[in-house]
Amino acid sequence: MVLIHCPWCGDRAELEFRHCGEAHLVRPADPAALDDAQWAEYLAFRDNPRGWARERWRHVHGCGRFFNALRHTLTDRFAATYKPGEAWPEPPA
Amino acid sequence: MTRLATGGRIDRTRPLRFSFDGRAYTGFAGDTLASALLANGVHLVGRSFKYHRPRGILSAGVEEPNALVEIDRGAGRREPNARATVVPLVEGLVARSQNRWPSLRFDLAAVNGLASAVLGAGFYYKTFLGPGRDAWHKRWEPMIRRMAGLGRAPEAPDPDRYGNRYAHAEVLVVGAGPAGIRAALEAAATGARVVLCDEQAELGGSLLAEPSAWPQLAADLAKLRANPRVTLLPRTTAFSYGLQNFVALAQVVEATGGLRERLWQVRAGRVVLATGALERPIPFSGNDRPGVMLADAARHYVQRWGVLPGRNVTALVAHDTGYSAAFALQDAGAAVAAVLEMRATAPAALLAEATRRGIRVLANHGVSATRGGQRITGLLAAPRGADGTPDAARATPIACDLLLLAGGWTPSVHLFSQARGKLRWDAALDAFLPDEVREAVTCVGACAGEGLAPGLPVTQLAAGSATAHKAFVDQQNDVTTRDIALAVREGFRSIEHVKRYTTNGMATDQGKTSNMLGLAVVAGQLGRSVPEVGLTTFRAPYTPTSFGSFAGRHRGMLFDPVRTAPLHDWAMQQGAVFEPVGQWQRARYFPRTGEDMHAAVARECLAVRNAVGIFDASTLGKIEVVGPDAAVFLERCYVNAWRKLGVGRCRYGLLLREDGFIYDDGVVGRIAEDRCHVTTTTGGAARVLHMLEDYRQTEFPDLRVWLTSTTEHWGVIALQGPRARDVLAPLVEGLDWRDFPHMAVAECRVAGIAARLFRVSFSGELGFEVNVPASQAPAVWQALLQAGAAHGITPYGTEAMHVLRAEKGFIIVGQETDGTVTPEDAGLAWLIGKAKPDFIGKRSLSRPEMLRADRRQLVGLVPRDRSALPDEGAQLISSADARVAEGHVTSAYRSATLGHPVALGLLAAGRARLGDTVFATRLDGPPMALEVVSPVFVDPKGERLRG
Ligand SMILES: [Zn+2]
Repeated sequence: MVLIHCPWCGDRAELEFRHCGEAHLVRPADPAALDDAQWAEYLAFRDNPRGWARERWRHVHGCGRFFNALRHTLTDRFAATYKPGEAWPEPPA
Repeated sequence: MTRLATGGRIDRTRPLRFSFDGRAYTGFAGDTLASALLANGVHLVGRSFKYHRPRGILSAGVEEPNALVEIDRGAGRREPNARATVVPLVEGLVARSQNRWPSLRFDLAAVNGLASAVLGAGFYYKTFLGPGRDAWHKRWEPMIRRMAGLGRAPEAPDPDRYGNRYAHAEVLVVGAGPAGIRAALEAAATGARVVLCDEQAELGGSLLAEPSAWPQLAADLAKLRANPRVTLLPRTTAFSYGLQNFVALAQVVEATGGLRERLWQVRAGRVVLATGALERPIPFSGNDRPGVMLADAARHYVQRWGVLPGRNVTALVAHDTGYSAAFALQDAGAAVAAVLEMRATAPAALLAEATRRGIRVLANHGVSATRGGQRITGLLAAPRGADGTPDAARATPIACDLLLLAGGWTPSVHLFSQARGKLRWDAALDAFLPDEVREAVTCVGACAGEGLAPGLPVTQLAAGSATAHKAFVDQQNDVTTRDIALAVREGFRSIEHVKRYTTNGMATDQGKTSNMLGLAVVAGQLGRSVPEVGLTTFRAPYTPTSFGSFAGRHRGMLFDPVRTAPLHDWAMQQGAVFEPVGQWQRARYFPRTGEDMHAAVARECLAVRNAVGIFDASTLGKIEVVGPDAAVFLERCYVNAWRKLGVGRCRYGLLLREDGFIYDDGVVGRIAEDRCHVTTTTGGAARVLHMLEDYRQTEFPDLRVWLTSTTEHWGVIALQGPRARDVLAPLVEGLDWRDFPHMAVAECRVAGIAARLFRVSFSGELGFEVNVPASQAPAVWQALLQAGAAHGITPYGTEAMHVLRAEKGFIIVGQETDGTVTPEDAGLAWLIGKAKPDFIGKRSLSRPEMLRADRRQLVGLVPRDRSALPDEGAQLISSADARVAEGHVTSAYRSATLGHPVALGLLAAGRARLGDTVFATRLDGPPMALEVVSPVFVDPKGERLRG
């Protein structure tokens, strides 16, 4: 069981968290201004990296807060977790 | 008897009786089942998986592929596939052999040679995927089911208890052999918290077969035992190594009347792996006969258990340690007929010692065949040719009742590999050794190659065996060298593919004795080196782990929590029939004497339509949305216009996902300018709160609004029916009835209890939902029942609730919707706040696909014959012989109110097809004709609920 570092609560067991998909997707301010292709891009198209991925997580059985994480999809290793709105950290070399 | 008069670590003052296949035997405290059987001269202990060949005891540890037995401790406690080599003997132990019929000594499948003729490499693949698929069902499967299989699973529930414990340690040491004990002592000396576990019942590992080391072992263990910061765990297998040094241990406790097993989950600062090494068997023709045993295992039986497993011994050695075993057996009284040295020359010192002992050593020799039925009686010793093949033409017969195999050593890197450590091939040691790893883990002792000397390389061990008849590599799965060679000839190159095709290493022993040999055979066939061929992945669990230890206390009532509504106990007393709704148990109907479900539901429905019904709606999800921006927040999320919703009013709301499909529905009541009471579906409560929190925190962080789940805080009592107000009104204080129309909400008192009273209807009748603190709900319920007695108040359950709402065409999210239904499809587009620039899912609703005229739309369906009930889930087709589905039936009920069945369905362009006939498929007959009608069957103008 992986320990995940909640930016508010600290290290907690994986069981307390829920994965919430790709991070740093911003909901368009005016969806009506988007054509169908642009809306589809926001709605459905996701990166599926082999390696470091920027993801959203929620400490759902803890403080309930959403946050972002840099996780490796092969090793399951978390390089960093950070609060929404904070700049994303660079992946480790 | 083959028990020695002295020696070993068994307690000869404590005899233990046990039985094997119904025969009574005696062993001693300290025995394993295997050592006790050998002490009684029992070598034949099982039949092999595929070919039903007689098999004996190969090893003295967890790697055992053959000696799999059934341990019977009574009903629900029958354990199949126990390795006799690790089962501690206890008084009264009942063990049985497996895989034999009618008896272990006389097995029909083996006599007929049935299996060996057909079950070659890739049998399963060829039969499943090829033209033989039909034959599989008709012929092979029934036959294989009779013949093969690994023991019998118990039928009765397991009466034992299983525990679970989390632990933290600065240092976790896996393996209590010499290296592990040294590591534990060193760590303990620094004051660290240490956990030392070992899979065997007795700590000591290889030291247990070294009598001269016993005094020091006892002293070391005493020192560890006396240290309160050290936890010693015998019979505890580290079987899984997860990220961040999270190691799972399976401990067999077997406390009388207490725990049977305990699962430990240990987070360790540092893990020390002292997992030792396993001896390699040797492939040659007939290498699986009972009496063929790993050399070091035989030495253990002598030194540790005081058992002489054979009196007339031959040893086939490819490694120096084989000599130590042969000498130990000779010292214990056995005659050693010969040592067959596979290497070109025997090491000088060992040769000299053998000569001194009068033991004949034949260098550059192998075994071309063995003799014997249920135990080995002899072998053919043959000089090895240039390619390693034993030359049968020049073979010498040697009589023996025990053949020792010393094929060299394979470090146990299973856990290190599970820790995602990289392995490197050490050419000098001829073994994979631990290399780089990210976890804080250290390998010590034999698993790191320490103290191991090289022997004959494994490729040469296997050289020439590929043509041998019945030279077994994987004895548990009955895989031979020929099977592996055939797989290579058929084009398999990757070791992972060869493994799956032949099933080599895929039995419950996970190839502990077969993986390296299998690799060597493949390497030989391909003319490549072992590291070029690669290594299969090591996966958890290291050894078979019981379901019980994983389940722990999570069984029976504790398997999944049961949620009960405030009126649950009352409903139980009334004899309600319950149904599970997610984790909730809800009263489905309240049968009176002699009533079946249909009769009860019909009575309950008619009571609501004609008088008044009372219903526990407490399982509805509830979210309190509070803050100056509460209405703005809901405006952005739900499709409806909320800002104009006045205080004291409520509205049916619809929530979509961004893809435009219906996600949930419920009623939103405006309690105050800055406070809304939101209800969700029973099943949707958690996911709706999650979704709303997501938008609140990440998309609309500027809004001043807070969400709190209040699902379990409010008890909700629904009163529905034309007499509902008559029942309720006398109990209400502080409400202005003149300003309480349909879709109003007010805070008042009901039966003296502070309440939020909603005037809403999910039945189409005049309706109220009384929200009171859950703890007060039973009292209010009783007050309403009393007040309603004169009006014929009738409790009703979820089934009547479903019928009543279907008669009104009200959808149930998840029944009428399936994640592909838009508001327009469901006939709910009128809910959408047209002036709103945006809400969740709005943009998706204007995608071309969402605007198609042939989308499936909610319709009502009535059987043409007005009697038969269509199946929920039945496909809708346009004619009785049509092959294309145009929708499906979502709900279907008998309607007592209308006197005929009613159904709802999704039908392509359904609203334009009112009056048409469509057909619903049936599993048990021809399609059923249905008339397409409006989904609102009762009171289409909605006059009743405004009454
Ligand atoms: Zn947290």
